[in-house]
Amino acid sequence: MTKFEQWQGFKGRLWQEEINTRDFIQNNYTPYDGDESFLADPTEATNKLWGALQALQKEERAKGGVLDMDTHVVSSITSHGPGYIDESMKDLEKVVGLQTDKPLKRAFMPFGGIRMAEEACETYGYKADPELHKIFTEYHKTHNQGVFDAYTPEMRAVRKNKIITGLPDTYGRGRIVGDYRRVALYGIDFLMEKKAEDFANCGDGTMTDDVIRQREEISMQYKALGEMKKMAASYGFDISKPAKNAREAFQWLYFGYLAAIKTQNGAAMSVGRVSTFLDIYIQRDLDNGTLTETEAQELVDHMVMKFRMVKFARIPSYNELFSGDPVWATLDIAGKGVDGRSMVTKNDFRFLHTLENMGPSPEPNLTVLYSSQLPEAFKRYAAAISVRTSSIQYENDDVMRVVWGDDYAICCCVSATQTGKEMQFFGARANLAKCLLYAMNGGIDVKTRAQVGPAIRKITSEYLDYDEVIKNYDFMMEWLAKVYVNTLNLIHYMHDKYYYEAAEMALIDTDVRRTFATGIAGFSHVVDSLSAIKYAKVKPIRDEDNMIVDFETEGDFPRYGNDDDRADDIAVWLLKTFLDKIKKCHTYRNSEPTTSILTITSNVVYGKATGSLPDGRKAGEPLSPGANPSYGAEKNGLLASLNSLTKLPYEWALDGISNTQTINPDALGHSEPEQVTNLVNVLDGYFDQGAHHLNVNVFGKEKLIDAMEHPEKEEYANFTIRVSGYAVKFIDLTREQQMDVISRTCHTTL
Amino acid sequence: MEQKTPVLGHVHSVESFGLVDGPGVRFVIFLQGCHMRCQFCHNPDTWKTEGGDARTADELLRQALRYKPYWKGEGGITVSGGEPLLQLDFMLELFRKAKEAGVSTVIDTAGQPFTREEPFFSKFEELMRYTDLVMLDIKEMNPARHKTLTGHNNDNILELARYLDSIGKPVWIRHVLVPERSDFDEDLDALGAFVKTLSNVERVEVLPYHTLGIAKWQKLGFDYPLDGIQPPTRERVENAERRIGAQKSDAPTQAEQELPERVKGC
Repeated sequence: MTKFEQWQGFKGRLWQEEINTRDFIQNNYTPYDGDESFLADPTEATNKLWGALQALQKEERAKGGVLDMDTHVVSSITSHGPGYIDESMKDLEKVVGLQTDKPLKRAFMPFGGIRMAEEACETYGYKADPELHKIFTEYHKTHNQGVFDAYTPEMRAVRKNKIITGLPDTYGRGRIVGDYRRVALYGIDFLMEKKAEDFANCGDGTMTDDVIRQREEISMQYKALGEMKKMAASYGFDISKPAKNAREAFQWLYFGYLAAIKTQNGAAMSVGRVSTFLDIYIQRDLDNGTLTETEAQELVDHMVMKFRMVKFARIPSYNELFSGDPVWATLDIAGKGVDGRSMVTKNDFRFLHTLENMGPSPEPNLTVLYSSQLPEAFKRYAAAISVRTSSIQYENDDVMRVVWGDDYAICCCVSATQTGKEMQFFGARANLAKCLLYAMNGGIDVKTRAQVGPAIRKITSEYLDYDEVIKNYDFMMEWLAKVYVNTLNLIHYMHDKYYYEAAEMALIDTDVRRTFATGIAGFSHVVDSLSAIKYAKVKPIRDEDNMIVDFETEGDFPRYGNDDDRADDIAVWLLKTFLDKIKKCHTYRNSEPTTSILTITSNVVYGKATGSLPDGRKAGEPLSPGANPSYGAEKNGLLASLNSLTKLPYEWALDGISNTQTINPDALGHSEPEQVTNLVNVLDGYFDQGAHHLNVNVFGKEKLIDAMEHPEKEEYANFTIRVSGYAVKFIDLTREQQMDVISRTCHTTL
Repeated sequence: MEQKTPVLGHVHSVESFGLVDGPGVRFVIFLQGCHMRCQFCHNPDTWKTEGGDARTADELLRQALRYKPYWKGEGGITVSGGEPLLQLDFMLELFRKAKEAGVSTVIDTAGQPFTREEPFFSKFEELMRYTDLVMLDIKEMNPARHKTLTGHNNDNILELARYLDSIGKPVWIRHVLVPERSDFDEDLDALGAFVKTLSNVERVEVLPYHTLGIAKWQKLGFDYPLDGIQPPTRERVENAERRIGAQKSDAPTQAEQELPERVKGC
């Protein structure tokens, strides 16, 4: 059994015999059920650094969104020397390390695709070194090239016609959360030793594809661990051994994460569930008298400041999908253990408190793993932070714990993975609303007029017949699920081959569980459209080519979002039907297929490519985001809408069901204590009924409109709102998306 | 056995998420029909006594109970309007059944139908047995101004307040503050003095007038009688709160915050 002097005072046995961070946490954390009164204000150093960073962010915005870019150096763990927020104040930084050598300077990351990396430079007025172009076209292949070398004509067609959109074939797939805590708990040398053991035990000598691939991957992981040590050394730290105190634990953990964001520009680069873990180190130091509460808060503030700085060079089409420059540095707090204890520690308060010490911010994407059984004082504090900052989201720990245990982390906006034991093949989403139109129009795309899907018989009746539509739709979904999964199989094969996440995977068990995350877009519109066909009379309008281009709906019909089973039953049917079709397909590396109902801000782009629908939504209008009911559909207020969501079984959408709601502060209560009480009641009621996720915004429409018209006002510089699955600075959204958010902001009562 | 036909309520709409309509999170039922013609009314679409969805008490209660998980001890149902006391038989059935189901019940009323005459009074007496809280609007203390503002006298409304005091029924008194119509120091003082004579008042609220109902008046083709009148200033709101002994509200007035479109089901 290994013994490190750095582990002095820690309890437990299993985690010392094998790499097992969860066991360490469960044996050593101190639950806290008190209130926020112990929290400390920001230190002078925090204020100075945050001030400097805000000035840089302002400058970045003034320069059109990017402050500086690297055009010569290909980013790797060790590609850049040390960098600081401000060279003259570097001694103030309690947690150090930047993606490049300068703050907010974006790294050059060509492995996902050289053309995208170059285009990102050009978009912001930079020019990538031509030599790099030569290297990554003539000498070295990229992920993007690999994918397009292998795509079938059908795959190109579904992609071009946008029935499948947002595929990670031009950017890093992300969503892999390394167990960055391992760096702090074990030190790099021990982790390398364990990987070396895995390498020795990989296969029985028979060289199957799987064994060969795994041997190569372990070698890459091993190398990445070695590079992490070098990177840390350039900042003056030796991370070969475990962290001996809180400050080192924060720093070591952050170096692990930094290695990931230096090598991968995935859509989502989440931090994980680090709060309870780090509290153990803080508590040990507090007990030893070697740390004060103010110093503890400073560590949290400084680490969070680093997460607020994570940036990637993105291309315009990426920004259309994921607006506002998000990176999903998702960081989870709270939750309960499988033994029933609350995992809320003082540190969970400290992370929330960063939103007061340094103001609202979209990153890190702070996620409360919620249960109505969490300590009341914590629930109230989180709700108060929501009321004040609209910067946090809630996910139902009671439904996730059953599936993923008590050491899962959110790897993107809402999707859970077991930390250090699992990775995910991210799969964007299929547009089921468009698929419904294909089902009526014989597989022809109403926008492009291309024959994309199978040429089944068009629907020719004067009024739509529910059974006939369902029959066609079922067939078309079957086709879509198959081409969708196969496209993803191909993408992930190439991503593993050309853009392998060695740094993250080095901090995950070699024997890794893989999930395959598909997704649904246009959910509410399909449900309402089918409901219209079933309960009202829908007359398709055809053009001269006999294509259905619009619909006239006579009579009223139930809509999803009113707690009306007639519509909600269709919603449940749709989810189950699509999931079953996905599950039938072979998935790459025998991963476990899941699906999601979340769209990020891509609901706007998806909507643009989707024709008019029977529910009354016109061609080109945005789809409703995630699992949100359609705009204007909710007639009975917020709770009726929430109740509809609670009917969607999380077990059938294990990749997540995202819901974003905005509540006017006036409607929430007359005073903050009342507002907090009411919000906690809403969260308890919603999650106790089994719902998965809720983004909570507390502000009125007028504030959004003013922010859109006057983005220059100081008060809006950090005005943060929750959109589908993440938070953004409102002024960083495109105007189109701002309008979309405004049109959806309405849970107020007279 | 005789099968009783259920009384039907005429329902304008429901709101699952009422947070300022009594204690906690509440399911609010807006009934159709009101005789008052308050110039500041923000729901003139509920005036007509005919129309609305005909619903049984059982149906509504079943729907309301879907939201029980959000109530957490405090919340429940509130019947507003329109004027709930115009549908007494239905109210009796709904609240009796609600109490049987252990649901907290609140009436939001302007009191206009109240009378000691029969058959109203006995029914009302019974209704109070099933009612946990009455939210009573007192629009004006000055009888003449009350008449101008609402088209009705206020003597029976004040009588209702006294009656509720006599039976010890918890009451929240609310006053909508409209500049030039219901914002006179002497009347506010009178309201404050009146409230002091009552021992059952748990809360007094000043509701600053807002202009968000105008669109509904226009939609109904009515002339808006308060055209040009602006929401009260923070100073006047505080003045009114002081004079009638109301709780101070933190909520900004419309004048301060350019209010959002607070329209139901938007």
